[in-house]
Amino acid sequence: MQKMMEKRALELLGDGTVNRVLGWSAGDFIYDVTPAVFKTAEEVQDKFLYNDFCGANLSKYLVKESRKEGKILVFLKPCDTYSFNQLIAEHRIIRENIYAIGVECFGKADEEKLRAKGITGITGIEMKDGTYTVHTVYGDETVKAYEVMADRCLSCKSKKHVAYDELLGSEGEVVEDCNRFDMVEKLEAMTPDERYEFWRGELSRCIRCNACRNICPACTCEQCVFDNPNSGVSQKAAVNSFEENMFHIIRAFHVAGRCTDCGECSRVCPQHIPLHLLNRKFIKDVNTFYGEYQAGENPEAKPPLGKYEKNDIEPGEAGGAKA
Amino acid sequence: MKKLSLAKLNDFFAAVAAKETLYLPVNNNVGKAEYKKWESGVEMSSALNTVRSAKDFFFPQTENLMEFKMTGKSVEVFDTREECEDFVIFGVRACDAASFAILDSVYLVDPVDSYYKSRREHGTVVTMACSKPAETCFCGTFGIDAANPAGDVTVWEVEGAYMLRANTEKGEALLASVADLLEDGCEKCVEEAQAKTRAILAKLPLAGLTTEGVGVGKTKELFDHPAWASLSESCLGCGTCTFVCPTCQCYDVRDFDTGNGIKRFRCWDSCMYSDFTKMAHGNSRNSQLERFRQRFMHKLVYYPDRNDGTFGCVGCGRCLARCPISMNIVKVMKTLGGKN
Amino acid sequence: MQDVKEFRPKIVAFCCNWCSYAGADLAGSARLSYPADVKIIRVPCSCRVNPMFILRAFQRGADGVIMAGCHPGDCHYTSGNYFARRRMTLLFSMLDYLGIERERTRVEWISAAEGAKFSKTMNEFVDTITALGENKRLEDLRCKK
Repeated sequence: MQKMMEKRALELLGDGTVNRVLGWSAGDFIYDVTPAVFKTAEEVQDKFLYNDFCGANLSKYLVKESRKEGKILVFLKPCDTYSFNQLIAEHRIIRENIYAIGVECFGKADEEKLRAKGITGITGIEMKDGTYTVHTVYGDETVKAYEVMADRCLSCKSKKHVAYDELLGSEGEVVEDCNRFDMVEKLEAMTPDERYEFWRGELSRCIRCNACRNICPACTCEQCVFDNPNSGVSQKAAVNSFEENMFHIIRAFHVAGRCTDCGECSRVCPQHIPLHLLNRKFIKDVNTFYGEYQAGENPEAKPPLGKYEKNDIEPGEAGGAKA
Repeated sequence: MKKLSLAKLNDFFAAVAAKETLYLPVNNNVGKAEYKKWESGVEMSSALNTVRSAKDFFFPQTENLMEFKMTGKSVEVFDTREECEDFVIFGVRACDAASFAILDSVYLVDPVDSYYKSRREHGTVVTMACSKPAETCFCGTFGIDAANPAGDVTVWEVEGAYMLRANTEKGEALLASVADLLEDGCEKCVEEAQAKTRAILAKLPLAGLTTEGVGVGKTKELFDHPAWASLSESCLGCGTCTFVCPTCQCYDVRDFDTGNGIKRFRCWDSCMYSDFTKMAHGNSRNSQLERFRQRFMHKLVYYPDRNDGTFGCVGCGRCLARCPISMNIVKVMKTLGGKN
Repeated sequence: MQDVKEFRPKIVAFCCNWCSYAGADLAGSARLSYPADVKIIRVPCSCRVNPMFILRAFQRGADGVIMAGCHPGDCHYTSGNYFARRRMTLLFSMLDYLGIERERTRVEWISAAEGAKFSKTMNEFVDTITALGENKRLEDLRCKK
């Protein structure tokens, strides 16, 4: 796949269709991949990389990149195409300045899970029929894909590309039984006390680094409410449980109905807080209360919080006190 | 050199904890190591290092400084400082131990930060030599020996036992207080353990990383280096690297209006944040390039310039593991050093 | 006898200017009482209430927060309350998901003519919160006196 992508990148750069390529750049380790803009064929040949560790969603970079001179080529995994569409719907990226190539994805590997299995010194990784062959400096290891795959990929909602100019590899399908709401349901089934304890245990680890917010392709405000010194919130201070709750409720609320469930927030959290469980609660509620809705699936669709029905459910039925 | 049989480890912890609060790395609810208070039944984590660094003990993420209350035209000021009690941190790695010296060079010089100083005086640091350094480790680049960490007491794990060496008076006192649990140690075992660790260190992928191209006197050469643009291009501007970094020492002082008074607190700040240099006149670093450059120039050029060549990084590798987009100090050093 | 301090809840009520705020007035002029524990904040429309207002009220010491707006279909601005309803539905559901007592938050539609409903609702809500006790799960200790 990397070869095909590299070839297309060089061709499109060569024939002047695009003047830059947004992709992933190789680092010191095979899992140490950084999103990067390549401006020349040499840079592409030298550093361009696509492997089972290229998890970063590149669509948010287009907010800035699509406003620059000339057309940019971007590679999008299926989940990234949803974010891409959502950004188009919100007029945050300029579609005409982008050449999007969809690339197939069967789930990305989680380096930490590999390390937890004692697999270190990784030099290469390949997946075939649900099994990873991991090349390491100590020899090859094989491991079942589901054991070391990133959590978000284990409950992947769709392998279908919803936006692209060109597709490399096979066109996937929406995964109907992805079970992504299993943990939300499990939490809903708990008593309020248990839920409170669960979330205290998770959110109390927050260090307010804002990585979840800054990586989020739906968080594209010019100035975030948490960066407004007049808003009275402790933008960067891990002060107390109230601030933790407030930050995470508001962060998730601001992307409610717009979050495509790409899972980047949980991937980047240095403290391994399952932030996607907050987003998924909103997604599940929107589906239950206002009908099935997948953000990013259709850029023409009206967002669930931007419309209403006269007979919508009352707040008291959903979570507040009964009227 | 003293020896503690691992069979007596819990007795040792209990004896230390009986006199002062003991903190050690413990696995949290998601299986990652963090420093927690030792209580009976608490087991030490086997992880190489904690997600957050040990600087929290001396330089906590948030700290109350004072309070104000206004009645009519008068303002009352309250000192809310809590008296610090003696504590021991067990299991600090060489990198984190070296970070304390860097923090000291900032907070213990005039004007001395009395909050920091008080915690330093009350804390005893027990370090643990590394036996299985990770591939993201590069403390050796900055002259830190993972097999021979600093601290008040240094511990080496050898077969079935810990070897302990007191390095300071505080360390002597700590070992003296648990003398009945200790036996005479074995210098040779320690040397063997050190040799093993050093053999691994030499083979690590980042073992060859040098500070060539950065360091004292490089400000002019590096400030306008063309590579900053591409290096900082994908930076998200989050504070992850700063907040997991053992040597990042910047803070912000803020007032919180409680509705019935003002609480003045300080909290970690990050030069990666857009409001870091925001002042009355505006902001002097308006782009992420400038902010990104500041963080690495500070650690690799400005700090060594002012501190006889000592670098402001200890090579713990936390930013390598945690950066959401895998951009880190190693990539910066290699690029500036012309290796990439 | 020991002096036991009786728990008096603090209630914040966001009231729409065009309906429930006038409803509160009507309750007053009709001499229908409601507890003094209810602090009314007048908003131009229930749609003005941002989720952060609700959280902020809890932070500042509220034990219960109620939002009162025009009956669905009667919004002074045609549709503000419909949007507010969706927002509060999701927010309350999230609070419940985080283990915050669901009785602490409430939405009620009260018209300018419903002084009696205003008084009844507030009395009920205060009773509920009094029985529930102090807000502990969404409190900010810095704001406690």
